[in-house]
Amino acid sequence: MIEIKNLYKKFGKVEVLKGLDLTINPNTSEGGIFAVLGPNGSGKTTLIKSILGMVIPNNGEIEIQGKSVLKKHQYRNNINYLPQIANFPSNLSVNELIKMVKNLRPKPAADQEFIDLFRLEPFLDKKLGNLSGGTKQKVNILLTFMFDSELIILDEPTTGLDPISLLNLKKIIVAEKEKGKMILITSHIMSFVEEMADEIVFLLDGKIYFKGTLAAIKEQTKQTDLEHAIAAILTKENV
Amino acid sequence: MFKILKYSFYDLMRSSWSYVYFLFYLGLGSVLLFLNNDVSKAVITLMNIIVVLTPLIGTIFGVMYYYNSREFTELLLAQPLKRSTIFIGQYLGVAISLSLSLVIGLGIPFLAYGLLQSSEIFNFLSLIIVGAFLTFIFVALAFNIALSNENKIKGFGYAILMWLFLAVIYDGLFLISLVMLQEYPLDKFSLIATMFNPIDLSRILILLKLDISALLGYTGAVFQKFFGTNFGMVISFSVLSLWVVFPILRILFKSKRKDF
Repeated sequence: MIEIKNLYKKFGKVEVLKGLDLTINPNTSEGGIFAVLGPNGSGKTTLIKSILGMVIPNNGEIEIQGKSVLKKHQYRNNINYLPQIANFPSNLSVNELIKMVKNLRPKPAADQEFIDLFRLEPFLDKKLGNLSGGTKQKVNILLTFMFDSELIILDEPTTGLDPISLLNLKKIIVAEKEKGKMILITSHIMSFVEEMADEIVFLLDGKIYFKGTLAAIKEQTKQTDLEHAIAAILTKENV
Repeated sequence: MFKILKYSFYDLMRSSWSYVYFLFYLGLGSVLLFLNNDVSKAVITLMNIIVVLTPLIGTIFGVMYYYNSREFTELLLAQPLKRSTIFIGQYLGVAISLSLSLVIGLGIPFLAYGLLQSSEIFNFLSLIIVGAFLTFIFVALAFNIALSNENKIKGFGYAILMWLFLAVIYDGLFLISLVMLQEYPLDKFSLIATMFNPIDLSRILILLKLDISALLGYTGAVFQKFFGTNFGMVISFSVLSLWVVFPILRILFKSKRKDF
């Protein structure tokens, strides 16, 4: 369970989060996959990075499982994070990188399973600098999912993936959800969100504008699909 | 911290730039020794090169490594690690691999020449130690600049300016101020001014060790008169250590408050 209270964050003069309150509790909701949506610059990545402790909020409180996480680091052992852009030290091989991340986290890892799934075997001894963007993203996904953690955060997970890997990714996400994990996803690809998400958290202007199920957001905006529902919210706000 | 250090170190040790740097020192050391045929002359020439070059290489590598490993740093930040662990680990990885290139690159030709039988061994050692100190100082300064500047081009520019200032401009200003203020007693002023520039300090340190008063210059002479050779060396080593400690403290301070 994540509880965020009164979160403020400013970058220079730009106020990105303006008193954001959010409670995400998989036990009381429909399911475990939450999509964080919003227009560009609405604060999605800032929100996610605040939860991870990469962005330090100016004000407010973030609690995971009832414990404050600000200025702590141990709690991240229980979070898997997939960053938006995958870029690794170019002189290390894939194998060394996997070993290193395993080395940094004192818990069992299922790396072989994902190496087989994404057919990464032939790339294991290649240097990371020589891999294509899609292969790097696969390595990125492997590093994210090989640990068994309660909370999984995915920032634009579909970038650069071929159709087969995309299908695999969806399978992984569904499998993790069935294990009772809580999954946060940001994405601009609405079909992906519509297919995967159980609940939508819609950010606008640094605050939560809407939080609820897919059906609820469609009903509220009287639209039949998510893409139009989001568009309806945005045009209504702009008028 | 040692895990991060290890991987940063491996990463750098495999980059071709480490080898270029290593081979450069290897070539330089060999050429100077075998053409000069005199260890102490070679040490003096090397000093003039090391005092300017190690800061430059440290600055460039430090800034480049920091900016290049940004995304990787983000990956590390999502792991259960303290920020201080990550940044100090990376810093030490860069500084140690550069120092090793220097030590091994210069060490091989000098050992081959028969340094161990020569009385110059301590002079050579102080040269290497000063080179390592300068590397640690300037990599730390470069990390500081990179941490404070999101923009790569700006960061690079400031870092090069810092090097240029400390290696060249500082001396110029120093000389001008000595000429302009020559009616006044300048001993204290020049002593203090030397402390604020690690490059000057290193130069004096080596010259004190080599005991070549002709090359000491005004500051060096004052330095020697004021502190004596041994005490002067202790003082300059301590100040050089402070030059390492303060930038590292600022890395710790800055990295704790930075957003990624």
